Amino acid sequence: MRTSTRFIPRGYWLLTVGRATILVHRRSGIVALLLLLGAVAVAGFTVATGTYQLSADNVLQVFFGGGSQLDQFIVLDQRVPRAIAALLVGAALGASGSIFQSVSRNPLGSPDIVGFTTGAATGGLLVILLAGANSAASIMAGTLIGGLVTAAVVLLFALRRFMSGDRIILAGVAIAAMLAAVNDYLISRASIENAETAKSWQYGSLNAISWGPIIPLVCVVALAIPAALIASRALRIMELGEDTAFGVGVNLKRARLGTMAVGVLLAAIAVATAGPIGFLALAAPQLARKLSGAPGISVAASTTMGAMVLVLADLLAQRLLAPFQIPVGLVTGALGGAYLLWLLTFARSSQSSS
Amino acid sequence: MACVASVGLLMLCLLVVLSLAIGSKNLSATEVFHGLFAHDNSRESLIVWQLRFPRTTLALLVGASLGVAGVLMQALTRNPLADPGILGVNSGASLSVVLALTFFGVSSASGYIWFALFGSALASCFVYVLSLQRSRITEHSRLVLAGTALGATLGACTGIITMFNTDTFNSYRFWVIGSLADRGDQIPGQILPLVLLGLILAFITGPALNSLALGDEQAKALGTKMGLVRVLTLLAITLLCGSATAAAGPIGFVGLVVPHVLRLLIGINQRTLLVFSVIFGPLLVLSADILGRVVARPGELEVGIVTAFVGAPVLLGLLLRKRVL
Repeated sequence: MRTSTRFIPRGYWLLTVGRATILVHRRSGIVALLLLLGAVAVAGFTVATGTYQLSADNVLQVFFGGGSQLDQFIVLDQRVPRAIAALLVGAALGASGSIFQSVSRNPLGSPDIVGFTTGAATGGLLVILLAGANSAASIMAGTLIGGLVTAAVVLLFALRRFMSGDRIILAGVAIAAMLAAVNDYLISRASIENAETAKSWQYGSLNAISWGPIIPLVCVVALAIPAALIASRALRIMELGEDTAFGVGVNLKRARLGTMAVGVLLAAIAVATAGPIGFLALAAPQLARKLSGAPGISVAASTTMGAMVLVLADLLAQRLLAPFQIPVGLVTGALGGAYLLWLLTFARSSQSSS
Repeated sequence: MACVASVGLLMLCLLVVLSLAIGSKNLSATEVFHGLFAHDNSRESLIVWQLRFPRTTLALLVGASLGVAGVLMQALTRNPLADPGILGVNSGASLSVVLALTFFGVSSASGYIWFALFGSALASCFVYVLSLQRSRITEHSRLVLAGTALGATLGACTGIITMFNTDTFNSYRFWVIGSLADRGDQIPGQILPLVLLGLILAFITGPALNSLALGDEQAKALGTKMGLVRVLTLLAITLLCGSATAAAGPIGFVGLVVPHVLRLLIGINQRTLLVFSVIFGPLLVLSADILGRVVARPGELEVGIVTAFVGAPVLLGLLLRKRVL
């Protein structure tokens, strides 16, 4: 009887989990679910097919512990980790992008634009080209430090006088452009062999992924994505503007810092696993929003959209110019960019406001 | 305002002399003047006329082009963030240079100048089409978003091509930094007519840009021919950005920073902004080029790196001020 008197806006579901009740935008929920199923299906297809031919029967055998040693190696040590990495890195970037865009209340406020991706690339390039280190661990450390330092500097600038979205973006654009110049400079000064290595790494790639980096990726994603989903309520309120959020009793500074920390963590683990994959964090939330027609940015739909886009892109990166493997970041850049352009230019937009 | 203009001009003259004097072999002021006016085969004369004079002229042309293009772009799109780098025009030029290097066997700067021009023309037209969609691209950030998307798409294509062509990549990685050194002494002469044409077009549209700033409705009410103004401005932007990028490679921040600093100094009249950016664009590029020669001796830093390092802090400084954008 009590629930029926409660006001439920049109197009929303009221979910009751224990004592908590959550309003779920109906179409966003459906879109998120469908995207999740689609992403897993594409990942499954990627595992089952490839240059090394395996029948569906063979693949199933491998999963139940059978199959030849080569079959097992190809499926379990090469294709499965790569598919998992694509799913999780995509999900992490999608979630991270939705957090950044909600907090800055601007579609440009993604980790790419605030300099995180470029800073991570600078860190990695410094390790590869100047320190001459090629071990995965040292490159990973370099990217993480580079990305985090850049994000910290950008946020410090933005923190002076109340932290507003536009300031974060502009400070980020400035610092990212500066670091992009450093990256180009480093690549121009390296020997051609080193420059080639650094270049293919710089775009973000899943080509040489193994089980090692998957474990930290799974751990971080398993903690951070639920945290992002829980934070999404505060994010919705923050999207309404500073005054409203303050009026509803959200501690803005703390909510922003907390959610940003989750966002940075997700972006960091993605970069550490696959290198700086550009543009996905910017595009996924926008694409999800177009599909779901939601008034704001949905963390769940963005997360699954990120996973979907990255598994698709990775499939293309493996097969498009086979046997050559394109870095997956180039595929996301080309496809995500083109699709976003098409959306912005020609698609009939139902909600052009906000 | 007169004060700003005279200080600017004075500094520009000083920088021109410094640019002729400073380099791997420094010349004193008297040596510079001897070199300039003697026209003999002395070493000073050769250094000044064959190395530093073309470079200095190029810096002036590139700086004026980028500064004016920045003002035009920000006025046309009514977007304070508009900049050839941010709206994807540079990526258009880069992709077309990479195509020229890979498929047309072009290898010299004077060869790919036309390709770069063509590429930035296509990209500018695209940005123009986007900015026409007034009903859809209503806010500033949408156009920047579209520009970023365009940049990502074109940049990825450039990446894929350079991935499979080591030779192309090797030339491209030096071009993409943006440099005024070793561009050949015909380059300034080649882009001069294009830049002049662009500047003339810019000044023709100057008064109309002021009414454009009031909004479409107001501008129409004032009798501005909107379509014509847009096409002329776009043509000017293409000529200016295209020839600057073709000659020196993509140089960021000049088109963004110069108009912002000028607006703080002299206000928002587009006509005066255009005039002043002809002085202050070269001022920025020339000082960046000289700085690049001084800080990394015995080598040098390319001008694109220095403008990024000079431009970004200026932008950040503007952000820390109270009235920004």
